[in-house]
Amino acid sequence: MSLHALPGPQDIHRSQLPNGVTILARPNLNSPSVVIHGYLEAGSLFDPSEKLGLAQFTSLALMRGSQRHSFQQIYDLLESTGASLGVSGATHTTGFSGRSLAEDLPLLLDLLKQVLRFPTFPAEHVERLRAQILTGLAIRAQDTGDMASLTFDEIVYQGHPYSRPDDGFPETVQAIQRDDLLAFHHKHYGPQGMLISIVGAVPPETAIEQVAALFGDWSNPSQSPQVDLPALEPLPHTVSRRLYIPQKAQADLVIGAAGPPRRSPDFLPALLGNNILGQFGMMGRIGERLREQAGLSYYASSSLGGGPGPGPWDVSAGVNPADLDQAIDLILDEIRRFTSQPVSEQELSDCQSNFTGSLPLSMESNAGVAYALLNMERYQLGMDYYLTYADRINAITRQQILDAAQRYLDVDRLAIVAAGELEESHE
Amino acid sequence: MPLNPLTRLTLSNGLLVLLKEIHTAPLISHWVWYRVGSRDERPGNTGASHWVEHMQFKGTPRYPGGVLDKEIARLGGVWNAFTYLDWTTYFETLPSDKIELALDLEADRMMNSLFDLKDFESERSVIIAERQGNENEPLFRLGEEIQAAAFRVHSYHHEVIGEMVDLERMQRDDLYHHYRTYYTPSNAILAIAGDFDTPEMIEKVRRFYEDLPAAPAPLHSTRPEPPQVGEHHIDLAGPGETTYIELSYHVPAANDPDFLPFVILDSLLTGPSSLNLFGGGISNKTSRLYRALVESELAVSVYGGLQATIDPFIYTIVAILHPNSAPEQLIAAIDAEIALLQNTPPDHTELARAVKQARATFAYGSESITNQAYWLGLAEMLASPTDENPGQWLEQYLPGLARVTPEDVQRLAKNYLRQSNRILGVYRPQAGNASNSQPIPPQGAV
Repeated sequence: MSLHALPGPQDIHRSQLPNGVTILARPNLNSPSVVIHGYLEAGSLFDPSEKLGLAQFTSLALMRGSQRHSFQQIYDLLESTGASLGVSGATHTTGFSGRSLAEDLPLLLDLLKQVLRFPTFPAEHVERLRAQILTGLAIRAQDTGDMASLTFDEIVYQGHPYSRPDDGFPETVQAIQRDDLLAFHHKHYGPQGMLISIVGAVPPETAIEQVAALFGDWSNPSQSPQVDLPALEPLPHTVSRRLYIPQKAQADLVIGAAGPPRRSPDFLPALLGNNILGQFGMMGRIGERLREQAGLSYYASSSLGGGPGPGPWDVSAGVNPADLDQAIDLILDEIRRFTSQPVSEQELSDCQSNFTGSLPLSMESNAGVAYALLNMERYQLGMDYYLTYADRINAITRQQILDAAQRYLDVDRLAIVAAGELEESHE
Repeated sequence: MPLNPLTRLTLSNGLLVLLKEIHTAPLISHWVWYRVGSRDERPGNTGASHWVEHMQFKGTPRYPGGVLDKEIARLGGVWNAFTYLDWTTYFETLPSDKIELALDLEADRMMNSLFDLKDFESERSVIIAERQGNENEPLFRLGEEIQAAAFRVHSYHHEVIGEMVDLERMQRDDLYHHYRTYYTPSNAILAIAGDFDTPEMIEKVRRFYEDLPAAPAPLHSTRPEPPQVGEHHIDLAGPGETTYIELSYHVPAANDPDFLPFVILDSLLTGPSSLNLFGGGISNKTSRLYRALVESELAVSVYGGLQATIDPFIYTIVAILHPNSAPEQLIAAIDAEIALLQNTPPDHTELARAVKQARATFAYGSESITNQAYWLGLAEMLASPTDENPGQWLEQYLPGLARVTPEDVQRLAKNYLRQSNRILGVYRPQAGNASNSQPIPPQGAV
């Protein structure tokens, strides 16, 4: 293997077990450690509205005890070796990730098996965890950025599952019983759709054999199939909302709409466009206008969610409440320009060169490669995705970017949300 | 013989250069460190070091503002900077064949930054916005008060970002003076790690940096903090429902023989800290305080922070109170755990665990070339000025941890974790505002 090669069919080992588990592995002998990344198809899409937060609660409770190990035993095994393992529910999936010294991979994978397949949800830990989650939600309620994003999702995704926060609300978390966790685990945790990537100082064949030995006999006939997302209606007009959170020196602002899913042909053009709009260099055009020219913000940038469904495409900034209107005007002005004129040739070629040139940096760590492998499989990008990446990126045109921008961002159909010491308003 | 030996040389103008070849990825990370931080500021110019760092991105005659942001992005690289209590550092990580840009731009801005008045004023409002963002966080507000109470005399008194009044009043020439005083070759260190050939890199370093004029070394006249003679209390109140508790203790500096034993003590109490700027840490659920506070439902979380500093700083234990507990109960439980350590030396196996954890976090950090170059410079910043082998701060880190004895840890708990040596801070929710602090669930119409 060439040290400098990007991951591709020549060094990615892929195996699919008969029960539906897919394993990807790539060696990296430059570091004595190993990383695992993966997920099960058990996300908050399955949460009942009155028990929102259930998938996440379940995922966090897995590590609180398994048939073989108590909570303290699980963490004693991990922390004694300097390893880490975490499981966390998201909208579509319950993700897991871990790392250890290469010699401890068998221990890490065995613990993963115990907590994913044989959790016991000890009652006292469920209550302890509930208090921790509720405290997290109380902190969220005081966080201007979190509250602006949460309200943004409510507006943009009205009537769609993406309107719901994965971590729920205090009253929905209060409503979750231990039996709900057991039932969620029983119905939604299983090998079907499970994906795991392993990168580090372990021969790929060995890593695959270890996963197969631990997860090959897993079956769950009750595992629910994935649910289809409903269609999302774009906003009929721009909706503005201001949330009052007292004693905050800074207000957080989010402006945007729903963007293209990862598999949409619009995704890569939108991704390049987003980079030009609010990331390239010092946060792109948005950073140039708000931070460099107007001095309004320490941070002001844009992001594109992607994912299996129409994740958000938004601009966010932190500003003094007195400067809020000016910041909104400047951002809307930039979105208007972005959706009415093609980006310049120079901007496009700069951005293309950034995307292709930054591959070695994003792939230098085991975690970076493991994440790349996971995405290649999850979105069926092809094993040669990174080998052909430069061609794909360089083929994107200014017109494709403008078309994508116009399809998803329209200044007359945006959500504009600010949270801070502001007068509360809905319009 | 280490696999990747370190090369050290000093240029005629006093610039110290550290080079380490690492050929695991086609990347080079280039760092320039300056011996200037918030410790070098006084009332009236607090925040100057951080503000200078911002101005270093606003351009020189040769590279006007914004040009380099774009150029580095075009090359697929990253750059950034950090200002800390003791130092300010700038880095670029670039594809190996593009690294000359980093040498060129850093040599240029060591001397030639413009500090244009309009940019200076615009950056004033950016930094005020940065500070206001920090002020939104209860833990920033509490930490700032604690630091001020801990350091009555030493300039660790104020936060790196500076006091608002100084951010409002400082003038361009004050800031430019700060820049010209501290940004000199003999007050800087160049640390480069990655995919290069050392003789070729030395030639490049000389080409870009050797001609920079030498300047007198600036004075670093900090005033030592006298011993604290009684516990200080900080009580803050704010909106929300959450109570935060911070206990800070005066602790040894990074080059003090007690520092490495304190790393072990911290690991036992609140879980391992890591020296990585990039790269992961590990959880702390088997640490003594997690078991004593979180498992007994006095707190919902606890963590500790030990920082490697030039002068003695503070070690901080942070806990978020469990809704059914009271601050006094939680503090009593922390005191009981500390008393246990003061009365009974820890087991050898507990120490061995802490060493393995440190070894693992080093392995994780070494995956990143940027992080490896960061370590080179950091070690130099923390070495004692009289040290004959300054690079050894890092080399000796893991072996030094392995030499710590249970009795060392017990002695440190007795010497440092005393009530009269601490600042106790509590941030409480204001009475009567809990009712409106929760979000409203989604509503039908918008």
